[in-house]
Amino acid sequence: MSGRTLKFVLALTAPVLALIAAFAITSLVLIVAGDPVIEVWDQLLSIPQGRNVGNIIDNATVLYLSGLAAAVGFRMNLFNIGVDGQYRIAAFVAAVVAGEAWLPGYLNTALAVVCAMAVGALWAGIAGVLRATRGVSEVISTIMLNFIATGLVAYLLRKAAVREPGSNVIGTKEIPEGSRIPNFTISEGPPVVHVYGFLVIAILVGFLYWFVLNKTRFGFDLRATGSSTTAAVASGISVKKMTIAAMLLSGAVAGLVGLPILLGSSYAYGSTFQSGLGFAGIAIALLGRNHAVGVAVGALLFAYLNEQSNPLQIVVGVSPQIVAITQGVIVLTVVVSYELVRRYGVRLEQQLVARALEQEREQDKKEATA
Amino acid sequence: MSVPATATEAKAPNGATSSARRLPRFWLLYAALSAVLLLSVLQLVTGATDLTSSGTISATLIATMPIMLAGLGGLWSERAGIVNIGLEGMMVLGTYGAGYFGYHYGAWAAVLGAILMGTLGGLVHAVATVIFGVDHIISGVAINIIAFGAVQYLASLTFVGLPGGGTTQSPKIPDVPALTIDPLSDALFDVEKKDVFFVSEIAAILRALVDNLSSLVIISLLLLVVTWYLLWRTSFGLRLRACGESPSAAESLGVKVLRYKFAAVLISGGLAGLAGGFLAIVASSNYRDGQTGGRGYIGLAAMIFGNWRPGGLLAGSGLFGYTQSLGLRGGGDSVKALLLAAAVLAIAAAFLQARRGSRVASGLIAAVGVLLGVTYFLIDSVPGDFSGMTPYVITLLVLAFASQRLRMPAADGQIYRKGSAG
Amino acid sequence: MSHAAPTVEDSRQGQPSIAVKLRGIGKRFPGVIANDDINLDVQRGTIHAIVGENGSGKSTLMKILYGVQPPDSGTIEIEGKQVSLSSPADAIRAGVGMVFQHFMLADNLTVLENVVLGAEKLHGIGGAAEAEVERISEAYGLGIEADRLVEDLGVGARQRVEILKVLYRGARIIILDEPTAVLVPQEVDELFGNLRELKKEGLSVIFISHKLDEVLSVADEITVIRRGTTVRTVTPDEVTARQLAELMVGSELPSPSTESSTVSDVVALSVRNLTLPGPGARPLLDDISLDIHQGEVLGIAGVEGNGQAELVESIMGMRSGSTGTIRLGGEDLSDRSTRERRESGLGYIPEDRHRHGLLLDAPLWENRVLGHQSRPPSAKGPLIDKRAARADTERIIKEYDVRTPGPDVLASALSGGNQQKLIVGREMSSEPLVLVAGHPTRGVDVGAQAAIWDHIKTARSKGLAVLLISADLDELIGLSDRIEVILRGRFVGSFDPGEVTPQQLGAAMTGADA
Repeated sequence: MSGRTLKFVLALTAPVLALIAAFAITSLVLIVAGDPVIEVWDQLLSIPQGRNVGNIIDNATVLYLSGLAAAVGFRMNLFNIGVDGQYRIAAFVAAVVAGEAWLPGYLNTALAVVCAMAVGALWAGIAGVLRATRGVSEVISTIMLNFIATGLVAYLLRKAAVREPGSNVIGTKEIPEGSRIPNFTISEGPPVVHVYGFLVIAILVGFLYWFVLNKTRFGFDLRATGSSTTAAVASGISVKKMTIAAMLLSGAVAGLVGLPILLGSSYAYGSTFQSGLGFAGIAIALLGRNHAVGVAVGALLFAYLNEQSNPLQIVVGVSPQIVAITQGVIVLTVVVSYELVRRYGVRLEQQLVARALEQEREQDKKEATA
Repeated sequence: MSVPATATEAKAPNGATSSARRLPRFWLLYAALSAVLLLSVLQLVTGATDLTSSGTISATLIATMPIMLAGLGGLWSERAGIVNIGLEGMMVLGTYGAGYFGYHYGAWAAVLGAILMGTLGGLVHAVATVIFGVDHIISGVAINIIAFGAVQYLASLTFVGLPGGGTTQSPKIPDVPALTIDPLSDALFDVEKKDVFFVSEIAAILRALVDNLSSLVIISLLLLVVTWYLLWRTSFGLRLRACGESPSAAESLGVKVLRYKFAAVLISGGLAGLAGGFLAIVASSNYRDGQTGGRGYIGLAAMIFGNWRPGGLLAGSGLFGYTQSLGLRGGGDSVKALLLAAAVLAIAAAFLQARRGSRVASGLIAAVGVLLGVTYFLIDSVPGDFSGMTPYVITLLVLAFASQRLRMPAADGQIYRKGSAG
Repeated sequence: MSHAAPTVEDSRQGQPSIAVKLRGIGKRFPGVIANDDINLDVQRGTIHAIVGENGSGKSTLMKILYGVQPPDSGTIEIEGKQVSLSSPADAIRAGVGMVFQHFMLADNLTVLENVVLGAEKLHGIGGAAEAEVERISEAYGLGIEADRLVEDLGVGARQRVEILKVLYRGARIIILDEPTAVLVPQEVDELFGNLRELKKEGLSVIFISHKLDEVLSVADEITVIRRGTTVRTVTPDEVTARQLAELMVGSELPSPSTESSTVSDVVALSVRNLTLPGPGARPLLDDISLDIHQGEVLGIAGVEGNGQAELVESIMGMRSGSTGTIRLGGEDLSDRSTRERRESGLGYIPEDRHRHGLLLDAPLWENRVLGHQSRPPSAKGPLIDKRAARADTERIIKEYDVRTPGPDVLASALSGGNQQKLIVGREMSSEPLVLVAGHPTRGVDVGAQAAIWDHIKTARSKGLAVLLISADLDELIGLSDRIEVILRGRFVGSFDPGEVTPQQLGAAMTGADA
């Protein structure tokens, strides 16, 4: 096996190993709880049909953005635990801006998107600045900022909200139809299946993520800082600037997380707007190894599990929350198996290098004696 | 053997700061008394009467204990060098444990069940971080995800169909006994009613301690003392703290570092579980979905506020518990009164900073103070959303402005592998 | 009566005279043999030195003897008894104590806590333990106060705390790993006094070092290790430092002598009044001024920790807070960032290549880009030019003889010498005006050392100006055109390497003749 294929095989081994372990642990939980294991997997692993496919893709779009936001931070060894707060406060601001409709049509949409990214960046930037100037751990500060965001949004929502007639739910003004992002039809059906138009933007963000991190000097600086702060400083990178830049970037992507929902299905930010997407993003970024395509696969997997678990209660009488256990376990097993495989890989590479040098030396000897 | 000439001059340049860091003895008592005095003055100035009523104090005790227990869990784990942001998840497991075991086996079983479930969460964290070397933050996040899913899964498995139970809550569970010393309580209540400056406030606090005091509150406070004793006065504690300060030094002296870390994380989980149990048993009367409401994180914040020390942790959780209970008692006025106190304190702190010569910090703190003061005069009442945010804002401010006075264990959060000594 | 005396005599003689006996010790790490067939006898009541180059396997051997790592093969006998040491606790029980090169102290704990840690059973952790610490400190004149925080202690005091730790546990065999690396000469003398005292008490000391003159002055016996195996055991009176060095490297020493001078009169780097304030009253750098001409190597000699690292980092712009001017070929760099300084023509070989020179988890070609992100061939506009960077890495691999299968190998898979050759090649490839080199041959094998010296000499003859920091006086004397001695952040003397002896330099470095 050549070095390249070997690396590729190793790279695939880790997630597969992790999934197998998560599968085993989940089954164990089901057995201990006395739930029907086979029926549960039968439902979870069945092939999704029609509408479910649409839902999976929609959910994956959202999770993908969340995963990318976390991945930007991870690439620089920063833990942006605050994606959750960032996307909610950003989606709220975007909803207010788009609802007011100061600009016509898609200009309004564009403004809302820009506002969301700016607010997300700003919120994450607080943690970035605190880290760069005061050495405050971004883990703690983003957790605190999550809760502050929750309080702030709840307060502002009450100030800005319009009450929907006949319901307790309050929300922002609805976005005018001309500013919504139309959904695609992926199957004429029946049943007709739509997916978020925002999917295109998510894919674009994924491409940009890959391009910026792997092909540009900025990306190199960011990765170098993540790999070794001291070496980065010696090479002329300003770590403080990079810390703030990475948090801003991560926050800007986080700002997009709520938008597919806002612009594609809910059209307003209400007290029932989906929360908790940020933590899933951390899991997905880990699962996808912070790689643009890997994160996409991770997002699809999580969305798939979410969608397939929905009917569990009705079909086999098991709480769909079992997949939350699966997903959490995947985070742990994925990290463990990546580490095991990495150690194995490093050892292998050292041996390969040693062997190659040995051969070279023997060659030299032969030539010398000849 | 010659006395080395360098022995006397070998003082590090920052030698002076370490003595300045040391707090006077009984500082906690002084701090508590000054806080009461401050509140008395505040009550006088603003007329917000609920600030120190015995009702508020009782509510504060109830609100403080889960935060303190969670923080205590954080303290154990971080003192051994393992960051534990899975506290929230372990608390969640604790609430379920209390609900399940409490319904089936009674009040004390609820307590043990909560501890057991929390320890289980701690076990996962310990296996992941200590044995497999998983990053502590990642493991914590994973445990939170798992715990939230697990309790919902378990609740629908075990509580559905029981009287009053369902997918989001357990049946009612019995409470642990509470302590009341009637004559003392009545006498103190008389003093409290008389409205004597400072004296009545002290009476209110004492009354909260002798009137319907939950035995779990007593146990929690005892656990704080026991923690202090174990960690700072026994060789077990010395070894455990050494694992958090310099695991390689500890290992080089034959300390089984991984065992101590493992034990610390288990204890941490147990305490966090108890914190969850407290919520289910004392603060309410059953397990409910989402009952923890981020208190695990507030506990973490209180521990940081308290500089990784039990006394500081008590002060921090007391402060957070107090603002929380004021907010919950619908005390928009009370919280508003606190704004004034915060404004005055901030401006005083700004002066202190200015005298130390740190102009930027002084300016920023003064600005915060002025802003708070202006807010006080502009608004009628503080919305509940903001009083809920207080612990988090305070923690951010403490981290931003006082981080040089904070001293976390030197090897906190680092992954340690056996054989790293030398 | 008459038959009692011989028994006592017997029992005394019966105590084994060999404290430590190692036979056939071997230890392998993936791809590396760290120890191979090590044999060693340490007599009781002696100071036994173990010398060898960096990476020769000394530290691994000591970790084996202290139970930190188990050996793969071989036997260990301590005072006549064969032991198996699977943890430091086993070693401590067997009477072995170790003072690590990097102190094993918890800064935020007190001296007492650090000393009793792990040995609480002896005297508890309270007053009795404190009394015992004070007693030992008094008895051996260590001058240690038990209730101080370790973070408030200086380097010498920390080392004495380490020795106290070992004595507290009643160790009879004390290992010191490179104990003098962090000490000023005066402290070294004190340490040696302490060691001789320990010897008199019947303790055995194993002293690891690569500083040969120190070894010759303090040791009773010297064992040389080369490439992971014991080569020979000698006594100090039968060898000279040079013979010992040749035993260490296994061949005639390469001599880093420069040939004819190539110094021109064009100033390449000019530093004026460089001052860097320190945490205390004394600045880390105090009014440093220097000029380096094209084609000149300026060597900086000094005991480690006297401002060398700060000087390098200030010139590179990695330290904030320094005052003074730095001019490169007439261009004022004082307010420039590290990157701008590098772009203007400063090359940098950092003293710690793992921390400052490499991304260990990145392939070699990315390491070629590091520090040159903004210049061709690494970059094209705002993008990284992978193809050109890879091609240039292959050139470096060929020209600088970096032993690797290719440019896609991770940097961590290379040996220290090959990593260093890659760094030298990288820094030379941008044709800098001035090269700032901190300990460029530290921890590399002899072959790589000679190669690196050659590269520096070649570049010098083409007009490169070099600022060379080194702890190796032979290297400094051999390569430099001029040597400045730095002491407590100041230049205290200028020497001509053609005339100065290592002894003279050593005296200046310690301030003995000032």
